[in-house]
Amino acid sequence: MWRFIGFRFLQAIPVILAVITVTFFLVRAAPGGPFDQEKAVSDQVRAALEARYQLDLPMHEQYFSYLEDLFRGDMGPSFYYPGRTVNDLIFQGLPITAELGFYALVIALVIGCLAGVLAALKPNTAQDYVPMSVAMIGICMPSFLLGPLLVLIFGIWLDLLPVSGWGNSAGDKILPSITLGAMTAAYIARLSRSGMLEVLNQDYMRTARAKGLPEYVVVIKHALRGGLLPVVSYLGPAFAALLSGSFVVETVFQIPGLGRFYIQAAFNRDYTMILGTTVFLSTLIVFFNLLSDIVAAWLNPRLRYQFRK
Amino acid sequence: MKLLQVQDLAVHFHTRNGIVEAVNGVSFDVEAGKTFAIIGESGSGKSVACYSMLGLVPMPPGRIESGKVLFQEQDLLGLSERALRKVRGKGISIIFQDPMTSLNPYLKIGDQLTEPLRQHFGMDKKTAWQKGTEILEEVGIQNAAARMNAWPFEFSGGMRQRVVIAMALVTEPEIIIADEPTTALDVTVQAQILRLLKELQQRRNIGVIFISHDLSVVSDIADEIAVMQNGKFVEQGDREAIFRNPQHDYTKMLLAAVPATQKKSDIVDAAPLVSLSNLVVEFPGGKGQEKIRAVDNVTLEIKPQEILGLVGESGSGKSTLGRAVLRLLTPTSGQVVFEEQDISEYSRSQMKPLRRRMQMIFQDPYSSLNPRMTVYDTLAEPLLLHKICNRKTLDAEVFALMDSVGLSRESVLRYPHEFSGGQRQRIAIGRAISTKPSFIVADEPVSALDVTIQSQILDLLLDLVNRFDLTMLFISHDLGVVRYLSDRIVVMKDGILVESGSVEAVFEHPTEDYTRALLDAIPGKRLFLDDAAESMEEGTIT
Repeated sequence: MWRFIGFRFLQAIPVILAVITVTFFLVRAAPGGPFDQEKAVSDQVRAALEARYQLDLPMHEQYFSYLEDLFRGDMGPSFYYPGRTVNDLIFQGLPITAELGFYALVIALVIGCLAGVLAALKPNTAQDYVPMSVAMIGICMPSFLLGPLLVLIFGIWLDLLPVSGWGNSAGDKILPSITLGAMTAAYIARLSRSGMLEVLNQDYMRTARAKGLPEYVVVIKHALRGGLLPVVSYLGPAFAALLSGSFVVETVFQIPGLGRFYIQAAFNRDYTMILGTTVFLSTLIVFFNLLSDIVAAWLNPRLRYQFRK
Repeated sequence: MKLLQVQDLAVHFHTRNGIVEAVNGVSFDVEAGKTFAIIGESGSGKSVACYSMLGLVPMPPGRIESGKVLFQEQDLLGLSERALRKVRGKGISIIFQDPMTSLNPYLKIGDQLTEPLRQHFGMDKKTAWQKGTEILEEVGIQNAAARMNAWPFEFSGGMRQRVVIAMALVTEPEIIIADEPTTALDVTVQAQILRLLKELQQRRNIGVIFISHDLSVVSDIADEIAVMQNGKFVEQGDREAIFRNPQHDYTKMLLAAVPATQKKSDIVDAAPLVSLSNLVVEFPGGKGQEKIRAVDNVTLEIKPQEILGLVGESGSGKSTLGRAVLRLLTPTSGQVVFEEQDISEYSRSQMKPLRRRMQMIFQDPYSSLNPRMTVYDTLAEPLLLHKICNRKTLDAEVFALMDSVGLSRESVLRYPHEFSGGQRQRIAIGRAISTKPSFIVADEPVSALDVTIQSQILDLLLDLVNRFDLTMLFISHDLGVVRYLSDRIVVMKDGILVESGSVEAVFEHPTEDYTRALLDAIPGKRLFLDDAAESMEEGTIT
């Protein structure tokens, strides 16, 4: 098992290195620079600024010095917010985005698995069709549409919940979490339904019933583990979806999370900030993919057995 | 003592396409310590009849139309789900057909084995575990205490079936329903499992309902036999009566389908078409483990138009040998000579012109055909690939193939799933002969089929061999089948050829213990011998 984990870690290194390299050169290749403002800056000022942030050095020197800093955990100063480092900004936004992502994931898992399992237990009945139709709509509806729609219904028409902010007023975390979790919930519902259907049709389900076990034991003990395996494998990609989804949701609901910094950094051509957030987020995504692979392997005795050898 | 009385049981399925009368008025009794066998082909309703007694047939679409099933002074058909659960696994338990799929891959053997005890007797985990270990020992699993913590995939098929049997026995039921319990197993393992079942049954005085498609399997163990066709018992009686004096045509057909000695031969005394010398095939073992030697120093020759039977248990290396002969894998050392060319080192491109001369028929007609290709496409593909005909003559060629393998021309645009197992194997055979090969490797081509279908396919193979002057390497674990069509037999064990000779020599005078064990394991061997003795007696009278 440890060898498997170690191997997967090693595999992650070239991925992250590629992300750094590609992003590093892409942002610099894009037209415009961090100090291009509406108001033209004098050449001396620009040169001073570029010298200060080492932008006057040849490209490869910039690249290697960035790598060196990154290796020490220093993502450099922000080009846009004077006096603040990228590390600062990321760790200011991260707790909020993480909290939002966590709630969304819980909502997605609970609602998704519940709907999927219930649908699989009575396939081709209303108990199947209704949640699966809702799930289909959930997949089709982008969060920049769902968000405002929820705001309109619960915030304005029913006047039940606040429509923006994070942690400022009671219940303002509910709508963004639901908006963010909805699409993932829909995916999980479909995944768990097909996973459960497959397992429920296996011969060993009949064996379990033939033992005289009550139906709930049959489902919970014999079917769930195999049936929800696909969901566990999907958690890595789901995490990535939640992160990228959170950029939209944070914008819609005015939440000061990582996603908003990210988008603003792109508008401001804040090189180090774009690089820093991209590298940070892709490392997280790689890590969570790895984690979900490990959990899936651990749940599957056959794989676990192979790793033990 | 009558444990179970089934009276006039009828189960119908109400589907969108009309009513299917799966079971139509069957009656039988099961007595303590006795075995009642139900014989019929797949789809004859034998499993439905048994499962419906325990409410294990999905309803709807199934519906019990009439009948009574008396067990422990109650009618099972009238019981609530809750009451029925107390019978399932406690009074009546089931041994399922395929031990590879009937155990939950995600739960340890011990958990699955002790589950009925904990459910029905409310035993605590420790006591149940103890009892489970004992029963595991009783069914012949070595080192049972440690094996309780093993996962199903750590067991071989035969061992898993022992676990399934242990699971059925653990609550000490009065009745066991054994649904084709040995169909998925090797002959030698099958013999062990049948013996084990018989022993346990007698020790505990259990009544057994034994479901099978194969008359020969039950010839040794059944006390009473019912032959089922289209939901009805067409014939029912004690074993001797059924075997000695079958009344119904269908029973006679089933008895005739048990392959007996046959096959003429006029083998050309010519240079061998295929010859292997000192062939070795090794597979890498796991990390740090030794290489696995699947084929070990095999030397043999196959003459033109000969059918060579290759026999052995699964894992003996016979399939690997077959694949090495066709150069579907590269031998580690040794020579493969085909049509006087040494092909053991040939590259993929060198092999290509030879490919059409050598073909393979696989075991499983369900998975060896592409489900998204019609029969027409399946048969046309090799014809075009090897440029055997052009687009203009393609239709005629495909139809000719359909005729050769006995499929109707109308079904040419259908997909594999629209065919039965036997028909699918016909398609696979058609594909194999489409390139007009001289040599065919048939790897267990009938093992997945019902007996009556088996004999049809074997006859088709024989017919094609004679008609197209084919040479064949016929691989099987079933000696009865091999005997039916082979000219010569070689026996393989652990990668080594342990015995070879003419069919008669191997069957009448096996020199190896292993061959003898294989022969002994043929179910219904008694049947052949009795028949032989009988015909001799008749001979003296007339």
